[in-house]
Amino acid sequence: MARITLEHIRHAYSEKAKAAGDYALKEVHHEWEDGGAYALLGPSGCGKTTLLNIISGLLTPSDGRILFDGKDVTQLSTEERNIAQVFQFPVVYDTMTVFDNLAFPLRNRKVPEAEVEKRVNEILEMTDLAGMAKRRAQRLTADQKQKISLGRGLVRANVNAILFDEPLTVIDPHMKWVLRSQLKRLHRQSRFTMVYVTHDQTEALTFADKVVVMHDGQIVQIGTPAELFERPSHTFVGYFIGSPGMNIMSVAIDGATARIGDQSIALSAAPVLKGQGRIELGIRPEFIKLGREGMPITINKVEDIGRQKIVRASFCGQPISIVVPEDDDIPADAKVTFEKQAIGIFADSWRAMNETGRQEG
Amino acid sequence: MEKTWNNKAWFLVLPVLLLVAFSAVIPLMTVVNYSVQDTFGNNQFFWAGTDWFVEILTSPRFWDALWRNLIFSGVILAIEVPLGILIALNMPKHGIGVPVCLVLMALPLLIPWNVVGTIWQVFGRVDIGLLGYFLNSLGISYNYTQNPAHAWATVIVMDVWHWTSLVVLLCYAGLVSIPDAYYQAARIDGASRWSVFRYIQLPKMKRVLLIAVLLRFMDSFMIYTEPFVVTGGGPGNSTTFLSIDLVKMAIGQFDLGPAAAMSIIYFLIILLLSWVFYTVMTQSDAEQK
Repeated sequence: MARITLEHIRHAYSEKAKAAGDYALKEVHHEWEDGGAYALLGPSGCGKTTLLNIISGLLTPSDGRILFDGKDVTQLSTEERNIAQVFQFPVVYDTMTVFDNLAFPLRNRKVPEAEVEKRVNEILEMTDLAGMAKRRAQRLTADQKQKISLGRGLVRANVNAILFDEPLTVIDPHMKWVLRSQLKRLHRQSRFTMVYVTHDQTEALTFADKVVVMHDGQIVQIGTPAELFERPSHTFVGYFIGSPGMNIMSVAIDGATARIGDQSIALSAAPVLKGQGRIELGIRPEFIKLGREGMPITINKVEDIGRQKIVRASFCGQPISIVVPEDDDIPADAKVTFEKQAIGIFADSWRAMNETGRQEG
Repeated sequence: MEKTWNNKAWFLVLPVLLLVAFSAVIPLMTVVNYSVQDTFGNNQFFWAGTDWFVEILTSPRFWDALWRNLIFSGVILAIEVPLGILIALNMPKHGIGVPVCLVLMALPLLIPWNVVGTIWQVFGRVDIGLLGYFLNSLGISYNYTQNPAHAWATVIVMDVWHWTSLVVLLCYAGLVSIPDAYYQAARIDGASRWSVFRYIQLPKMKRVLLIAVLLRFMDSFMIYTEPFVVTGGGPGNSTTFLSIDLVKMAIGQFDLGPAAAMSIIYFLIILLLSWVFYTVMTQSDAEQK
């Protein structure tokens, strides 16, 4: 268990990286608290696996330092860092039994056999593999194999951190819930520092205390699930988190008023804008009220997703999604009002300061 | 996968069946025909029954050649398989080294067999051959045309040079199919180099190794061209392997009956041993499950 500090980490896969665009991972400067559960969330190719491999020591960063509890480990190998990692696709040692697979990391470290037995049996219990301890790993299903991989990650008692690289990709949806809650429980019991890479927002939001959203090689926001939802600091966070994502529309700002087409939207405060960048207004579909008053929209489509309806419409020529409770009526000449507190103004994709009177971090 | 049963599909294998019939089955039947008859030329044949088979199976000449061949196959398998694995393990997996190594490895396989024989025949000569001259100038009286041990060593080294590449390429194909995650996981699990080989690489190479062993066994058991070119089966009979002996009997002495009987025995031995190899190796695979 350790506090992990990333000091100005950058990484490029080619030796001769010059421009910022050459870096698969742009500068990261951040500290992961001891015992925290973090999720790295982002689409494929955003650099999250790169960051994870740098933490685990499978990759050495081009620039910067990594510290575990204040000790520089940048040049240390994975074994020396004492890290456990679970990969996207199951890795099992085909010729060994399930038990031996789980015991492998312990036996390699010369843990006494009695202790091995105890730890492995705990893990077998936890992953529901107890019944097949003596089976060869080769003929198991992908689910079971991935559970073995997970188990091998969890079996060591004294690791500095456990890293998960999209570990539930190959698992059945039903099993995903079970394993995720088991992981969560295990985290609460053991207080291991856990870093969980995923592109699935549900997974990230349910697993982690803090979610790190990555986009195009950089961290765009670190926050609790609620913060990400309510106050996204980048338009990417806005539409990546939430289903449907945040509505983003280009606007012109005039003091504390946003103008879009021939409509004016009052803001709670005048945003501070530097320069003449691209100005956008963001509002989550949940905070738009559909009714007979407000600004007119043209409804294109209504999707019924069970407990709610999603209205796809166009507002001043720009697409907009609105979440409406299941039994609300949708009037023929629908109009919308925006909840003032939920409006965010973004300049060049980044949230502009002060528009709700508070300073952004 | 869904299977459709349609007997018309048999027509699709007909061309291959005809081809195999003409190239393998009919010649084989001709050999069977010869093996039970005797002839004094003039296209006159007399029924000989199992005489030729008895003659071959009781002749020391046949047994000597068989033992020689078995020892030869055993030795080259014992050298080529471990050596092939070792080279494959050390071949680069990324970068410019990959095509370079692959081409270097494939080169010996691309050379016609009789040319390989000729290369080594010249290479080993005492008067003009690089190897023979070099060894002799070191004070080793190497001469493969007179010393049976030297002849054996030459033929074995030649075969290793020629065919280890095949084992290497097959093993390499097995190795590159292992995802990087396996090696990364092994590093995180703290596995030693030996454990990585024992628990990751060897299991993944098993199937291709089976093919490599089978191919190398069958080929070496049927070896003809290279030793024939280098030593001609000598000195004496010391490198007369089964196929060389067979050709001597059939073409040299024109003993069609015994040669045909020997061919059939030879064929059955290869079939039997291949089957044994295959069963043993797949059996051990099945037991582990």
